[in-house]
Amino acid sequence: MRKLNHFHGGIHPPSNKTQSTQVAIAHAPLPSKLIVPFHQHAGEIAKPVVQVGDHVLKGQLIGMPDGFVSSAVHAPTSGTITAIDLQLIAHPSGLPNLCATLIPDGKDEWVERKAVDYRDHSQPELQQLLRMNGVVGLGGAAFPSDVKLRIGKQKIKTLILNGAECEPYITCDDMLMRERANEIVQGAQMLRFMLDADEVLYGVEDNKPEAIAALQQAIKESNLNHDVVAIPTVYPGGSAKQLIRVLTGLEVPSGKLPTDIGVQCFNVATAYSVCRALAHGEPLLSRIITITGNVRRAQNFEALIGTPIDYLVALGEALSDTDGYIMGGPMMGIPLPSVHVPVVKATNCIIATSAKLFPQPQPSMPCIRCTRCVEACPADLQPQDLYWFAQSKEFGKAQKFSLFDCIECGACSYVCPSHIPLVQYYRFAKSEIRAREHDKQLADQARVRHEFREHRFEREKQEKADKLAAREAAAQAAKLASTQPLTPQQLAEQADLEARREHIREVAQSSVENTAVENTTERTGN
Amino acid sequence: MIFTPLISKPDSVSAIMLKVLLALLPGIAMYVWYFGPAILVSITLASITALSTEALMLKLRRRPIAPFLKDNSALLTAWLLALSIPPLAPWWLVVVGTAFAIAIAKQLYGGLGNNPFNPAMVGYAVLIISFPMQMTHWLAPQGLVLTELSFTQQLDYIFQGVLPHSVTLDALTMATPLDTLKTHLHLDESVQQILNMTIYGQIGGHGSEMAAWGFLFGGLYLLAARIISWHIPVAYLGTLFVIAGIFHLVDPTHYVAPLFHWFSGAAILGAFFILTDPVSSPTTNKGRLIFAAGAAFLTYMIRTFGGFPDGVAFATLLMNISVPLIVLYTQPKVFGKKDKS
Repeated sequence: MRKLNHFHGGIHPPSNKTQSTQVAIAHAPLPSKLIVPFHQHAGEIAKPVVQVGDHVLKGQLIGMPDGFVSSAVHAPTSGTITAIDLQLIAHPSGLPNLCATLIPDGKDEWVERKAVDYRDHSQPELQQLLRMNGVVGLGGAAFPSDVKLRIGKQKIKTLILNGAECEPYITCDDMLMRERANEIVQGAQMLRFMLDADEVLYGVEDNKPEAIAALQQAIKESNLNHDVVAIPTVYPGGSAKQLIRVLTGLEVPSGKLPTDIGVQCFNVATAYSVCRALAHGEPLLSRIITITGNVRRAQNFEALIGTPIDYLVALGEALSDTDGYIMGGPMMGIPLPSVHVPVVKATNCIIATSAKLFPQPQPSMPCIRCTRCVEACPADLQPQDLYWFAQSKEFGKAQKFSLFDCIECGACSYVCPSHIPLVQYYRFAKSEIRAREHDKQLADQARVRHEFREHRFEREKQEKADKLAAREAAAQAAKLASTQPLTPQQLAEQADLEARREHIREVAQSSVENTAVENTTERTGN
Repeated sequence: MIFTPLISKPDSVSAIMLKVLLALLPGIAMYVWYFGPAILVSITLASITALSTEALMLKLRRRPIAPFLKDNSALLTAWLLALSIPPLAPWWLVVVGTAFAIAIAKQLYGGLGNNPFNPAMVGYAVLIISFPMQMTHWLAPQGLVLTELSFTQQLDYIFQGVLPHSVTLDALTMATPLDTLKTHLHLDESVQQILNMTIYGQIGGHGSEMAAWGFLFGGLYLLAARIISWHIPVAYLGTLFVIAGIFHLVDPTHYVAPLFHWFSGAAILGAFFILTDPVSSPTTNKGRLIFAAGAAFLTYMIRTFGGFPDGVAFATLLMNISVPLIVLYTQPKVFGKKDKS
């Protein structure tokens, strides 16, 4: 048995997971329209490589990765591109983003798929394959997986497959592990190969015994040396840094990455798509999504990227008193601006809300410093102090009290007896600090530019003075030389020079007058 | 706009305060058993004063009244103060102390959550400095003195200052066990002689030690219910025990045993109910240990060498001042910043 470690704090909210694990993953039928955003991943938006009116095949590249941190986007089914324009997407800002609208032709006709044996390829080749297959982290952040595999000279000791799924309600990873453990394990083996990791650990919360058993079975059948670890069910046990701590006892230093301590983490669903991409040549075109909450049929669906969310929730049959939807879990999810937004690679769960299921929060009372938040904080912060500093806009102090080590898990808000929306205060303080740092950078740049300009003026002045001095010296020399009579040729040259100077003076004079006249006319014209 | 997290633990400030009030009940019951129901009159008076002062101040400060009256924090201040005042005190003593605690020590600092000092202890300090006479007339435990007043006679005295014919206040009241000990030690009597007096019980004062047991019981409930953490009560009682123990070992004729200190005065009440006030105590665990140990040290010094009968109130207030400093220097290490490198 592996010795498990603990992280400080954590909470035990009601899990509400069993509702959506009663039946197997269902395939969502093909909708009549797909809206595929070009920016579904962290980093730079993919560049459209199709035109309106193009007929595309399933799996055909429609968005080319653009930049170091970027990923490809593909047509989820065969059909016609009818629009490439700004559409509403599931982003807390509520701002639209560039999307391709695809009307399926119903044939679901694949492009040519090319499966590879990962053992025949170099690491850079495999990274490029993942990038071009649009493989990104499916745990929520949608960070391009190829970037996480570019570790340089760092030695990776432990590869962790994150199947903790600690947020209440969400069961997509659980169901995926139960039903497709074999491909997860294959994908994990590929990731291990790419990272050259010594050991592979699966962190799965002990409230998912079926998933743990399925993974163990798959590992046994594949004869691999992977280790499935049942970790205690504590929110936020699935947060990467906390999971690493539980499994390895190591703490990722503040401001550093897991790779700095020889660990890399991938979500189990990401491992699954790595396997699909390499062993089957299939780009990331669909994902498992939990439809739950205030619905009649809570269930997991495998849905194509771009499927409108209203189409999905209709499959779950939302009850009549539903008053909104959350994308993600109840702890860290975002309220959807509208249900007319598409499923993206990061969509793991849609929860229908109702006043009964999620009552309005009680009005906030003042903080009484009871420190229940301190007891719950998995980052060992002092949430009540950070709240105080954010509220009084003492951002410097907030930073000194490690505001940026807050992972915004919401455990503090969950336990607060004064019902203070603490996370909102931290987000506010963070964005204020970032904005100020940005402003400061701009100001610094402007100052540098200004100083250089001053410097340039000074230099030019100096150069002019030098030139003048040189000219005077030359004139002096000429004067000395003029004691000898000038040749007629020299005299002629001098006269010519004088005449030219006179001409220039005249031109200058007239232009000044002209401008003056123009100015007057302009003024009178006004 | 809805915020995440959308779910929260069913808990509230008023529920927490209510639990603390409930935890006071065993001690109060013991009090009533040994000293009669007069304390209930003080508690009621203090409660009414606290709620009306709170309402008035909230109105003056243009704050919502109902949610803050329902938070039970004013009631808790009232109860703690009432338990620190002699039960047979004139009505205005309770009213003045409570009104000062709520209006000045709590609301003027910004109300719930903003008071640097424990309001009940500020109220107590004001009373003991301004009205020392009235604050020393403690009701003798029932059965210890010849003359005893009926409940109606007690009410007559509390509200009208009228005592039955030929009864003097001195015949009904006495100094606290701690005060008596101090006075007699000054008369060069030994601790052993003094503790033979009838007002002393098994460990502390007769009757009052039983009330302390009641408060200890309630305090253990607060610990079990995770309303308070162990740090303050353990550090307070532990430090008090060690300091008193050292003095007692060195000179047992002049320094009373540590358990006497635990079960006399407001030590138990202070350890579990007063010093643990979250608003005016440190938020870090290490800070709580320092805070409580400091309070215990001050309590012992004031009790043994100072001029006041008990030291809990002043010890609390003095340590309240140091809370921001203590908290600043006891910040725990943040996740990812634990290594020295």
